[in-house]
Amino acid sequence: MFDFGVVTNWIHTQLTSVMPEGLAVFLECVAIGVCLLLLYVIIAIIMIYMERKVCAAFQCRLGPQRVGPWGSVQVFCDVFKMLTKEIIIIRHADKFLYNLAPFIVILASVMAFAYIPINRGMEILDFNVGILFFMAASSIGVVGILLAGWSSNNKFSLIGAMRSGAQMISYELSIGLSILTIVVLTDTMQFSEIVMRQADGWFIFKGHIPALIAFIIYLIAGNAEVNRGPFDLPEAESELTAGYHTEYSGMHFGLFYVAEFVNLFIVSSIAATVFLGGWMPLHIPGLDGFNAVMDAIPGFIWFFAKALFVVWLLMWIKWTFPRLRIDQILTLEWKYLVPIGLLNLLLMVIVVVFGLHF
Amino acid sequence: MNNFVLLVVVILIAILIVAAAIGIAKLVAPRSYNPQKGEAYECGIPTRGKSWMQFKVGYYLFAILFLMFDVETVFLFAWAVVVQDLGMYGLFSVLFFLLILVLGLAYAWKKGALEWK
Repeated sequence: MFDFGVVTNWIHTQLTSVMPEGLAVFLECVAIGVCLLLLYVIIAIIMIYMERKVCAAFQCRLGPQRVGPWGSVQVFCDVFKMLTKEIIIIRHADKFLYNLAPFIVILASVMAFAYIPINRGMEILDFNVGILFFMAASSIGVVGILLAGWSSNNKFSLIGAMRSGAQMISYELSIGLSILTIVVLTDTMQFSEIVMRQADGWFIFKGHIPALIAFIIYLIAGNAEVNRGPFDLPEAESELTAGYHTEYSGMHFGLFYVAEFVNLFIVSSIAATVFLGGWMPLHIPGLDGFNAVMDAIPGFIWFFAKALFVVWLLMWIKWTFPRLRIDQILTLEWKYLVPIGLLNLLLMVIVVVFGLHF
Repeated sequence: MNNFVLLVVVILIAILIVAAAIGIAKLVAPRSYNPQKGEAYECGIPTRGKSWMQFKVGYYLFAILFLMFDVETVFLFAWAVVVQDLGMYGLFSVLFFLLILVLGLAYAWKKGALEWK
């Protein structure tokens, strides 16, 4: 597999040969920042375009097709339209918290986004407690949503924010437990290391039954965590207008929208990294020719293929199932997913301790 | 490069995204004043009463339950990293921990904290 670390090391040595160390590090930080910004925006645009097209396909429509080839410029047009919309702050809102909420939502989203290992050596943050830090970072988002709902001084927003808060914190438990199952199997929490351990088989194959159950729990909980699919009642259009961002207009709303779609990508890419092998190619033992062909495909293409496959799976779920009620959502989490998750964790420990995994 | 330096860069980029988007929108977007614009949108009729009021307690109950379970999940993370070295000892030590955890869930379940009333 191609190691992107070679490129970054080469850039670092080239920079330090012409300028002092501190300036070189500063320039690299700026470059990484620009890359992160561009990647974040591009992923958001790809996700919005994909959502529209996939949604259209499931409803036997064509989706956007007028602006640009296959409607691909439509999303850019929408971004520019949103930039030219007036930002309205209603009179009774808590101005400070109202303006703070998008910052917190985007902060959580960008911090979680920076953990995604796209290729070998191509991740921005790579702590040795990566998974714990990732979950901590992504759970800040719920604070922003609660603030948005509370500060708007609107009953729809308040109800939406409360539902969203209850739902997101509940389903965070299941995400934690299902990822924990894989941590038991790997004995590391560093994302790059987790991907490296899957060189001889993805964890969904290596951990067989418990890993498969954990993957399914993760998909359900991840879908609920980003307030989508059958779990989208925090912003149920037919009853709450738009939920917690009812009072947000123009670019304020656009930021919530972008964060929601990038969060969908983050959840999917973590599923791809932890369960489906990240940028590791598919290997079938015994078929050397097949493995050689798979090795020739670059790692980031593998990563994006897997992540977008999971995104497509979540979109399929979203456009297939009807919306749940709040009591059904909390029952599903606390009476089914948490006990199953705990049992599954125990099963995985037994599998690991007795060496039953591949 | 040092991860914590990069973390600062990431946080700055996050703030930059929001500040730039809102800043550009404030510069470009037209502005007009209308007293109706300052009202909350609740189906178009004037708002009755404040929205900052007492709210259903059920949501807070789940928040408390979450707090208990999430802290225990954090403990489990520290254990999960070393369980392969601990082997059988690790299995039994966490068995008791999980037993207490499940007892807590069972208690909340029996008390009716998981019912949505």
